Amino acid sequence: MFLKHKVSGVALVAIPTAFLGLFFVYPLATIFRRGLGNSLPTDVLFDPGTLRIVWFTVWQATVSTALTLAAGMPLAWATARLAFRGRGLVRALVVVPFVLPTVVVATAFLALLPESMQRGIVPILLAHVFFNVAVVVRVVGGYWARLDPSLWDAAATLGASPGRRFRELTLPALRPALAAATALTFLFCFTSFGVIVILGGPRFATLEVDIYDLATQTFDLRAAAALSLLQLVAVAAIVAVSSRLEARAGSRLPIAVEQVAARKPRGWERPALVATLSFAALGFGLPLAALVQRSFATPHGAGLAFYRSIGDETPTLLVVPWRAVEYSLAYAAAATAIALVVGGLAAVAIAHRRSGRWLDTVVMLPLGASAVMLGYGFVIAFDTAPLDFRGTAWIVPVVQALVAAPFVVRIVAPALRGIDPRLREAAAVLGAPPARVRREIDVPLVLRPLGIAAGLAFAIALGEFGATVFLARSDRPTLPVAIFRFLERPGATNQGTAAALCVVLMAVTVLAVGAADRLTSRPGAF
Amino acid sequence: MLRVDDVRVAFDGVTALDGASLEAETGRTLAVLGPSGCGKTTLLRAIAGLQTVDSGRILLDGDNLTGVPVHRRGIGLMFQDNVLFPHRDVAGNIAFGLRVDRRPRHEIARRVQELLALVGLPGSATRAVQTLSGGEQQRVALGRALAREPRVLLLDEPLGSLDERLRERLLDDLRDLFARLQLTVVYVTHDVGEAFALGHAVAIMREGEVVQSTTPNDLWRRPADDWVARFLGMRNIRDDGDRCLVIPAEAVVVEPGDDAVVRTVERRGAVVWLRVALDDGRELDSVTTDSGHPRAGERVGVRIEETSTISVLKWKG
Repeated sequence: MFLKHKVSGVALVAIPTAFLGLFFVYPLATIFRRGLGNSLPTDVLFDPGTLRIVWFTVWQATVSTALTLAAGMPLAWATARLAFRGRGLVRALVVVPFVLPTVVVATAFLALLPESMQRGIVPILLAHVFFNVAVVVRVVGGYWARLDPSLWDAAATLGASPGRRFRELTLPALRPALAAATALTFLFCFTSFGVIVILGGPRFATLEVDIYDLATQTFDLRAAAALSLLQLVAVAAIVAVSSRLEARAGSRLPIAVEQVAARKPRGWERPALVATLSFAALGFGLPLAALVQRSFATPHGAGLAFYRSIGDETPTLLVVPWRAVEYSLAYAAAATAIALVVGGLAAVAIAHRRSGRWLDTVVMLPLGASAVMLGYGFVIAFDTAPLDFRGTAWIVPVVQALVAAPFVVRIVAPALRGIDPRLREAAAVLGAPPARVRREIDVPLVLRPLGIAAGLAFAIALGEFGATVFLARSDRPTLPVAIFRFLERPGATNQGTAAALCVVLMAVTVLAVGAADRLTSRPGAF
Repeated sequence: MLRVDDVRVAFDGVTALDGASLEAETGRTLAVLGPSGCGKTTLLRAIAGLQTVDSGRILLDGDNLTGVPVHRRGIGLMFQDNVLFPHRDVAGNIAFGLRVDRRPRHEIARRVQELLALVGLPGSATRAVQTLSGGEQQRVALGRALAREPRVLLLDEPLGSLDERLRERLLDDLRDLFARLQLTVVYVTHDVGEAFALGHAVAIMREGEVVQSTTPNDLWRRPADDWVARFLGMRNIRDDGDRCLVIPAEAVVVEPGDDAVVRTVERRGAVVWLRVALDDGRELDSVTTDSGHPRAGERVGVRIEETSTISVLKWKG
C-alpha cells in the first residue's frame, strides 16, 4: 500500500510536468533555438520599429489598466459592501464578458461604434475595459467583502470623513487585492491579441500582433523569435514585480474568513449605487445588444438571413460555417478534459505535496507566454518526425488546454487547500482507509470548484484564438477562427455572418459556464 | 485498560511529548488536565493514531496499538470544534463509520435513530449540519464518535467553544452518558472544573509529561508540587526551605480580632473570597460561606488551621 501511495505521488507531479515540458517548454525552446541561434538579435530589438511597438504595447496596457480600475472599483465596492436586490445576479453577470471570446467582444464593439471610430485606440481601450472589469470586481470585491467593517465604523466615530476613510483605510487595506488585479489586467492587456487585430487595424500593433504578422505574413522567424523572447522577459518581469508588491502589501488588517454581511445602502450611497449599476448595465449591455442587433440587421430589414448563411457554402471558409460550431465544441470538450486532468493533478500536487510547490509557478507560465507565441512554437516545434503533430486533430485541444489549465489550478488548488485537514482525520478515526478518505471527503468537497473550473476551461477553450489560429487546419476551423476570417473580408454578408456566429458562440459559452455551475451546485446528498 | 507508556513526540526538534505515560481504566473517565501547549492534544492524537510517536508504546487491553494505522484502531475521537462533514446531513455524519464498516442498511438506519436519541437530538436526522447550533453540532459529533462502539472514546476540549450555560448542560449529559454506556474515556481539557466534574481520575500534564495521575480527592489533598497546586487554583503557597507550604483557603479562618486588614472581598457564587493582609506584610486568601463576613478595610483576626496545611515538593522548572 505504501508503494502504491508513492507511485501515485510521483504520477501526480510527473504527468503535469511532462505535459508542460513537452507542450510548453519544448516549443518555446525550439522557437528561440531555431530563430536566434547563439546570437542576441540586437538589431531587431533596437530597431526603431520595434521600440515603437514596445512603446505602444506598454502604453495601451497602462491606460487600459487604469481605465479598468476606474470602471471596476465602484462596482467592486457596490457588490462587496452593499446589500441590494439582484446583487448575486450582478456578481454573476460581471463575469460574462471575461469568458466571452475576444473575437466576440471585438466584433461587438465593431457593431456598436460608428464607422469612423471602428478602428483605432478608443475601441481597443473600451474593449479591454469591458473584458477586465470582471477581474477587478471579483478580485478586489472578493477581498473587500471580507474586510471587517467595524474598523471603518471605529474610524467614523473618531471623526474621519468618508473620503478620508477611503484614503486611509480602504485603499491601504485593499492593496494586496489591488496589486493582484492590476497585475492581471495589465498582463491580459499587454498580451492582448484578438482585440487589437480586429479593432486596431494595420496602424496599431502590439508585440503579440507583430509576432503574429512576422510569423504568418513575412515569415521572418528570427524577428518573431526575438520579439517572443522580449515579450517573455517582459511578462516574467511583470509577474515578478507584482508578486513582490503583493507580498509586501500582505494584509496588515484583519481579514474575516467568511464574507461580512453587506448592509443596506444609506445616504449618498443610494444614488452612488444607482449610478454604478446603470453605468455597468450600459457598459456591459450596449456592445452585446449592438452585436445581437447587427446579427439580425440584414440589408433587407430585420431577419434571419445571416443565421441562415451559417448553413451555406461560402468562399470565405473551406467548410460550411456550421461545421465550425461542431469543431469548436469537440475541441473545447477535449481541451477541458485535458485541462482538468493536468490542472487537477497539478492542483493536488501543489496543495498536498512539498515536491509539487514549484508547479504552482510553472503551470502559470503559459498564461504569460501569450497564446500567439505558443501557437507559433507549436507550428515550428512539431513539424518533423517523431514529433510531427501539426496535422493531428488533438494538437488544437492540447494548446487550448495549456491556456485553460492555469485557471483550473487557480480554482482547484485553493479549494483543496481549504479543506480542513481534520475532516480527513475525522474520517480516518471513523475507520476510513486513505483511499476511502479521498473518495468521501476530498472528492465531494472539491466537486463544485472542479465544475466551475470545467465551465471556465470550456469557455476559455471555446474562445481561444491566438494559438488556435496557428494550429486549426483550414478545413477544420473553430468558431473564433471562422469569425475572424469573415471579419477580414469586406461586405455586409461577411460582417453580418460574423455577427451571427458571434451570437452563437456567446450563447454556447454562457450555456456551458451556466451548465457547469448548475450541475455541480447541488448539495451532496447522503 | 488503555496504557500509554513513555511516549515521545518531537516536531522539528521541538519536544511535544517528553516520555508521557498514563493509564485509563476500562469503563472509567480519565481527565487529562494541563495548560495550553503542554502536549495534551498531541497525546490524544498519538492515542488515536493521527500522530506517529518517536518512541514509546500505546497498549489497549494488552494489544500493542503503536504501529496500527489510525483507521484500524477502533478508537472514537471528538475534536475540539466538532469537525462535522459539511457535505453530509446529521444522519450522514453519524452513519459515516457504520457505512465504512459495511453494516447493512437497515441496521445503520436503526443505529442512527438510537444514537440521535442517545445524544438528545431525536428527529434531526435530515437536518444540514450548518443549521445546527454549536451545542447541537457537538452532540452530532458525539453521536458520530459513538456509532461504531469504540473501545476508547477520546475527547479534545469538546466544550471549549461553547458558552457557559450550554457547557454545564452538556457536561451533565456527558457524565450521565459515560456512566450509562460504561465507556472508557480520555477527556482532555485545560479547565480544572471540567476535569474534576468528569474524571474518575485526573492526569496533570506539564511540558510533555504526565506529572501526576490520581483521583480528584487525592489530587486536591496531595498535589505533586507547588506548580500543580497553583494550577489547580490553590493560593497561599509559600517557600518552606526546599519544599513549599500550601495553606488551603478554607483553612484560613477570619474572625474578630486585630491581626490583619481585609483588602478585597469578592463573592463567587455560593462562596466569598477574602484577601487579608497580615501586619507582617504577608497576604492570605480565605474562603467562607458565611454571608456575615467582614468588609474591605475592616481589621480582623486570622487563624490558620495548621492540621490542614500541606507540604509539597518545590518544582524547579
